[in-house]
Amino acid sequence: MKEPQGTSGLILNEPLLWEKGKMGRSGFSMPRRDVVPSPLDETLAGDGPDIPDLSEVDVVRHYTRLSQWNFGVDTGMYPLGSCTMKYNPKINEKQAALRGFAKGHPLLPIELSQGALELMYRLERYLAEITGMDAVTLQPAAGAHGELAGMLLIHAYHTARRSRRSKIIVPDTAHGTNPASAALCGFSSVAVPSNEAGVVSPETVAAVMDEETAGIMITNPNTLGLFEENIRKIAEIVHAKGGLVYGDGANMNAVMGIVQMGKIGFDVMHLNLHKTFSTPHGGGGPGSGPVCVREFLAPFLPVPRVIHREGMYELSEDFPESIGRLHAFHGNVGVMIKAFCYIMSMGSEGLKRASQFAVLNANYIKENLKGSLHLPYDRGCMHECVFSDKFQEGNKVTTLDMAKRLMDYGFHPPTVYFPLVVHGAMMIEPTETESKEDIDRFIEAIRTIAAEDPELLREAPGRPKLRRLDETAAARNPRLAG
Amino acid sequence: MRYLPHTEEDIASMLRSVGAENIDDLFSMIPTDCRMKTALDLPDALTEWELNTLLEGLAETMAVSPAYKVFMGAGSYDHYIPESVSYLLGRSEFSTAYTPYQPEISQGTLQGIYEYQTLTARLLGMEVANASMYDGASSLAEALLMAIRITKRRRIALSRLIHPHYRAVVRTYLGPEGYEIIELPSLEDGRTDISGLTGLDELAAAAIQSPNFFGCIEDLQAIGKAVHEAGALSVVSFTEPLAYGLFKNPGSQGADIVCGEGQSFGIPPSFGGPGLGMFACRMKHVRSMPGRLVGKTLDRDGRPGFVLTLATREQHIRREKANSNICTNSSLCALASAMYLASVGGTGIRELASLNYDKAEYLKRGLKGAGCAIPFDSPTFNEFVVEFPNGLNDTYSKLLEKNIVAGVPLARWYPELADHALLCVTETMGREDMDTLIREVRS
Amino acid sequence: MKEIEELFLPDDVLYAESHEWARDEEETVVVGVNDYAQDQLGDIVFVELPEIGDTFEKGEEFGTLESVKAVSEIYMPVGGRIVAVNDALSDAPELINQEPYNSGWMIEIEPDDPDEIHTLMTSTEYMEMLKGAE
Repeated sequence: MKEPQGTSGLILNEPLLWEKGKMGRSGFSMPRRDVVPSPLDETLAGDGPDIPDLSEVDVVRHYTRLSQWNFGVDTGMYPLGSCTMKYNPKINEKQAALRGFAKGHPLLPIELSQGALELMYRLERYLAEITGMDAVTLQPAAGAHGELAGMLLIHAYHTARRSRRSKIIVPDTAHGTNPASAALCGFSSVAVPSNEAGVVSPETVAAVMDEETAGIMITNPNTLGLFEENIRKIAEIVHAKGGLVYGDGANMNAVMGIVQMGKIGFDVMHLNLHKTFSTPHGGGGPGSGPVCVREFLAPFLPVPRVIHREGMYELSEDFPESIGRLHAFHGNVGVMIKAFCYIMSMGSEGLKRASQFAVLNANYIKENLKGSLHLPYDRGCMHECVFSDKFQEGNKVTTLDMAKRLMDYGFHPPTVYFPLVVHGAMMIEPTETESKEDIDRFIEAIRTIAAEDPELLREAPGRPKLRRLDETAAARNPRLAG
Repeated sequence: MRYLPHTEEDIASMLRSVGAENIDDLFSMIPTDCRMKTALDLPDALTEWELNTLLEGLAETMAVSPAYKVFMGAGSYDHYIPESVSYLLGRSEFSTAYTPYQPEISQGTLQGIYEYQTLTARLLGMEVANASMYDGASSLAEALLMAIRITKRRRIALSRLIHPHYRAVVRTYLGPEGYEIIELPSLEDGRTDISGLTGLDELAAAAIQSPNFFGCIEDLQAIGKAVHEAGALSVVSFTEPLAYGLFKNPGSQGADIVCGEGQSFGIPPSFGGPGLGMFACRMKHVRSMPGRLVGKTLDRDGRPGFVLTLATREQHIRREKANSNICTNSSLCALASAMYLASVGGTGIRELASLNYDKAEYLKRGLKGAGCAIPFDSPTFNEFVVEFPNGLNDTYSKLLEKNIVAGVPLARWYPELADHALLCVTETMGREDMDTLIREVRS
Repeated sequence: MKEIEELFLPDDVLYAESHEWARDEEETVVVGVNDYAQDQLGDIVFVELPEIGDTFEKGEEFGTLESVKAVSEIYMPVGGRIVAVNDALSDAPELINQEPYNSGWMIEIEPDDPDEIHTLMTSTEYMEMLKGAE
């Protein structure tokens, strides 16, 4: 391969905000004062915060320079497994910023907010269709929030039936949020191992499923990028003992228009709008984690719910069995708007093709890299594939080293050290928005790196603004504010 | 389709490489009884131009300024957002980046969030703030769970004057483990009655909101004292942090955990979300704090930089023993608030807070003069409770015909205030608009 | 990370399956974590230890060790009452990495049963156990 694409250029160091600025500067157009000052109880008055005064130019340069240190999807390929870093359509940003949406107060009378309510109602219908479920809540503000909602729904369901259940089955490939969400709800997790094919066997589930188990949390396709092919049988086993099946829908990008989870045994699942439905990740949020359920769980959904009555869209809290509220208002409407636009822009055919190409891209990478990296599960994958650093062990080169070197080649590293069942896991999810040329360059980069000088790799990355950072020192002596 | 780059040629070449006949072959590991037989029933795909028309139509139905004068707060506030802030947030290096797990190529996000943490801690008067949580409501729930973890007690006290939706979220979060929630009632002056705290044992925390839901400033020092005497933690919540540009911050009044909604700082109301869950605590409790944290460190060449740190508190490592299940923060919103605070500045924040206060006081005086009753005499910030002289419903409907939304009616949460509304005035409301409201009420 | 042969497993202490070591000091037992544990965890950033006076049974969790990437529970190799705790670890957790058997000691126990320590493994037995678990 030719030289790594990462090159040096003039970017600037930039001090912290409070190291800049001068008392009296301002980056804000203070609105006109058209009222007289009113007396204020001095015992309540404070000194105001110690934050700097900066001019508009100061602020714009500061953040422009900071942005230049970042790598985003718009910079290059971001093959983070289970994150679905697909392209974020710009037109969707514009719609969310429309004045009527951006300035809309959440407690407006319904006659004055029909547009937003209609959008939410329609989005619920579309997500129900995509998942093959009957009812939806858009309230959870993130995937993990959706998981909490799901656990609360399952808890409420069993409580209503006066059935005491304290456990949840969680496969060993599960994302950390799964057992954490279960614990928040008072459930203890029962781990079940995946088999040699990388999926969960019905027998393993049957061995632990009992009448004290509330259900199972299963990611499908799972975090190894494999379809849980025994799902129907597993669902039967869980249902037979009165349990429910929760689906972590983080990997929905593999199966839109191909599988409807609600039809194959799932009772409740969450979606990640910031993954499958193209809303931007924002450097860590905000996201949105709607939850879709089968009809029998609908009464327990969080309130308020969007309903359509006598020609009007309304928010109703008239659901006595609801688990209650999870969000101050209705959820992340600004994010929902973007997901709605995405679905409207892709249509049924477009969404299916997105999944097909996501799976094609991942398989293409898998086939072309399996000579250079160890592939623990050498079988067809879905939208992501998992490698390990076994081949590089002899040289004492780790997944981390290879991931760091990938930056010099102009790619964001894949997900590393997850799932835990693979030692030194490297999880690659290209998504459907990457072209064949970019994927070919990625493959070439990995092939080169997999055989590169170990010394070089251990020193990588060399081209970004900073080299590897001392995370130990950061944790031993936390400096969290300036 | 412009987001799907593959040509027929690309597809054919890749299928060959993979050894598949056609794309359907790639899905052969999915059992036939799991596969859809029909296509998804969704509307036909729209062009960009059709999408514009559809969304513009929906947005036009919303009652927002300038067509409407909306005097509403109650947890969502209309403040001016400088164009420079909106522009900077549009930089896709910020918006299309992921969580900064690879710090070498995420220093923009990391320094931005470190700055946010610092500004938040300074604003709230606390030692450390996290990288943010979903919103003010879930932050409060998480704060109480944190206090429960620290004290190993199971009882919390919650003021009735905390935002009703926040209290509802707290009940949802604390429900499954059966933690006990005691309600602190309200006083005639519009503040919380803390007398019930004396003698209360086994208390993990007491939570209060200031300014509270009625807009009144609570006596945080007295509350802090009473709570600490009970051996519990003082949790202070807020929905309008601009108030701390004018009033004493909770940290200076003995708060142990401060958490609330930061939407007022550079984030549009957006029909309720996304918001910004600000969360701060004392350094000694930092290992019990949920959420992400950015810390300062050095790289191999001794250059200063930032990383996510103390990650062992979080779900991806601790799994079921994590402090919370939270995975995202509200990163872009946190960045927005830092940009906003940087633009408004320390001097500007004081002036802006004063302006909000003075405008609200002006309206209060004017409405009093027009025959309204102001039931609570405690000092307020930019919101206050009002009783209209001719009954709420009639006045409200009449004003609506003039495109004025006269606040948030309180009946649904406070039955004793069935004839009252909560009005909010920010710097976005001009004097003429307030005069119009006063005139309409008077007639 | 070290190969099994590279591990330092001195003979003046006994070893638990969960990788703690115990040194018999007549009246008391001093406890820490062994070279394998500190090597696996990596740079230790934080140590959570019990209070003097706390009592635990053999096998019960008495604290945690935190590295950048992981948290590990630590378990009592013998049951008893805590009579001393290594305060130096709160400012210098790296002592556990540097000298796991000396300055990196963690707690001192007054054992309930003075014979319980003999149920632990010698360094040879422990090394066999590690090899078997590979």
